[in-house]
Amino acid sequence: MIDKVTPHITQNEPLLFERSSPGKKAYQLPELDVPEVDAAEALGAENVRAEIAGFPEVSEVEAIRHFTRLSTWNFAIDYGMYPLGSCTMKYNPRINEQAARTEGLAWAHPYQPEALAQGCLEVMATLEAALAEITGMDAVTLQPAAGAHGELTGILLIRALLEKRGNPRKKILIPDSAHGTNPATAAIAGYAIENIKSSETGVLDVAALEQIVNEDVAALMVTNPNTLGVFENNIAHAAEILHGKGAMLYMDGANMNALVGIARPGDFGVDVMHLNLHKTFSTPHGGGGPGAGPVAVKKVLEPFLPAPRLKKSGKRWAWDYRRKHSIGRVKAFYGNFGVLIRALAYILAHGGPGLRNATMDAVLNAVYIRKRLEAYFDLPYQSPNMHEVVFSDDRQAAKGVRTGDFAKRLIDYGFHPYTVSFPLIVHGAMMIEPTETEGKREIDQFIDAMISIAKEVETDPQLVKTAPHLTRASRVDETTAARKPILRWKPA
Amino acid sequence: MYPENFRYTKEHEWVSVEGETGTVGITDHAQAELGDIVYVDLPKVGAHIEQGKSLGSVESVKAVSDIYSPVSGEVVAINTDLADHPEKLNTDPHGDAWLVKIKLGNPGEVQNLMTSADYLSYVGAEK
Repeated sequence: MIDKVTPHITQNEPLLFERSSPGKKAYQLPELDVPEVDAAEALGAENVRAEIAGFPEVSEVEAIRHFTRLSTWNFAIDYGMYPLGSCTMKYNPRINEQAARTEGLAWAHPYQPEALAQGCLEVMATLEAALAEITGMDAVTLQPAAGAHGELTGILLIRALLEKRGNPRKKILIPDSAHGTNPATAAIAGYAIENIKSSETGVLDVAALEQIVNEDVAALMVTNPNTLGVFENNIAHAAEILHGKGAMLYMDGANMNALVGIARPGDFGVDVMHLNLHKTFSTPHGGGGPGAGPVAVKKVLEPFLPAPRLKKSGKRWAWDYRRKHSIGRVKAFYGNFGVLIRALAYILAHGGPGLRNATMDAVLNAVYIRKRLEAYFDLPYQSPNMHEVVFSDDRQAAKGVRTGDFAKRLIDYGFHPYTVSFPLIVHGAMMIEPTETEGKREIDQFIDAMISIAKEVETDPQLVKTAPHLTRASRVDETTAARKPILRWKPA
Repeated sequence: MYPENFRYTKEHEWVSVEGETGTVGITDHAQAELGDIVYVDLPKVGAHIEQGKSLGSVESVKAVSDIYSPVSGEVVAINTDLADHPEKLNTDPHGDAWLVKIKLGNPGEVQNLMTSADYLSYVGAEK
């Protein structure tokens, strides 16, 4: 059999290690123009190696083709709609990239003297102020590198405050619709977790909350709107109940895309929350990171924020390291600065009215999808939804087709799948979040694809159960991969 | 389908009592809902477990789920076979793929659990 060249779209790509051939390289060093030093003599022979065993050796064009091919296998928001619920996969405007590439910002060094970094510090101070205004909170730290990191920082702030008051308490309450990172955060912060069942309408059960909250409870962690996309309309009451017992209200800001410019968590009783700049504020997200998970707090928690804090002395910005109640640093330097620039560019480019419009479009898009699809799919919670909508696969499950099969068939229609099987309180969940990015034509195409697949389930369920059919690889054996993983980086 | 000498929880565990010892597992309904199970995390022998509290977890390709103990007491044996063969939970959840044996701290607790008939109508009612 001869080794054929295959068309790009179906081309398979070996590992770079499998492409390796001894002696190939993709660099050429200039001639040495300083006296040669013997490395073994200078560093000690034990610190010098002749080769890196198993390291791939390829030419420049091979390296470039390898990574370029792999990059085209990916799906990206620049290719099409990415309705992954709870993830807010919105378009990343190019103006953000331009701002982040501004020479003085892109090349700034974290050890640059403060006097020569005033622009960078002002970017951060302006962003802190903007996020505080958007959330209705008093102070913001930009250090956390992602959402879950922000959660941990927030809960550590609560623990620090309660410890100072004399008792860190024992428990964190978490609704059963929560993101899995919430209980993980509480456990890492040293708290026991108590689940609260959602009410029949899919929101926090305030009567149940009132029963559970006592002097052992440190905080309630709640996502608002929750993972069903439903606004927790009893949130202010829940805050009162918690505050009445000396407990705090933590809000997971994963779904802020439904609130920006419309409602402020600080106004409905939230004490501390995080934001995902890579979701709500349009910085790159998912594989392309890094992210940023700033934490916003009420005044009472401000003394505990990670050091250093920005402060203005006269006309200059400076870092204040002398923060005796601070929980300490949560990240090297000052956070993922490049992400912060992009988020600020997004906020400033939109302005207040623009951000509000984006929120209203995000909600409008999700409600439109709900209205057009509710004739075809089971909708287990009827409460009005905001920026996302959660169907269940109940009707299609009768034909043996589950939410995961639907998701894989969507790939054949050119869309990234929605979020599968989450939140856990919906059986066979299909969680769809279009974001404000998509126009009516794209959304209609998505809806038509969903309807078309629903019809395929009626006429030819096998077609859907064996999807995708138009990809390089179809279904992989996830079960064996998880049960008997073969982990290696060298060619076998 | 659901053995009549077992008792069942709303969280889909079963317990089978012989003398002072209860053998605990997950139900067939649970394994079907979880899908292919790939990993089981069990407590150590000697651990003290309370009714309704987590005694470990099962991981499937879909999710990681807590196992809630149907009874209180001390763990006297764990099914070490499951470490290498988690798939047995999918094929024989009521038999070979038992999880732990617990020396009952409070034998009366078993009365709070469902009979097989109750459990069958419970999973029938649940979506």
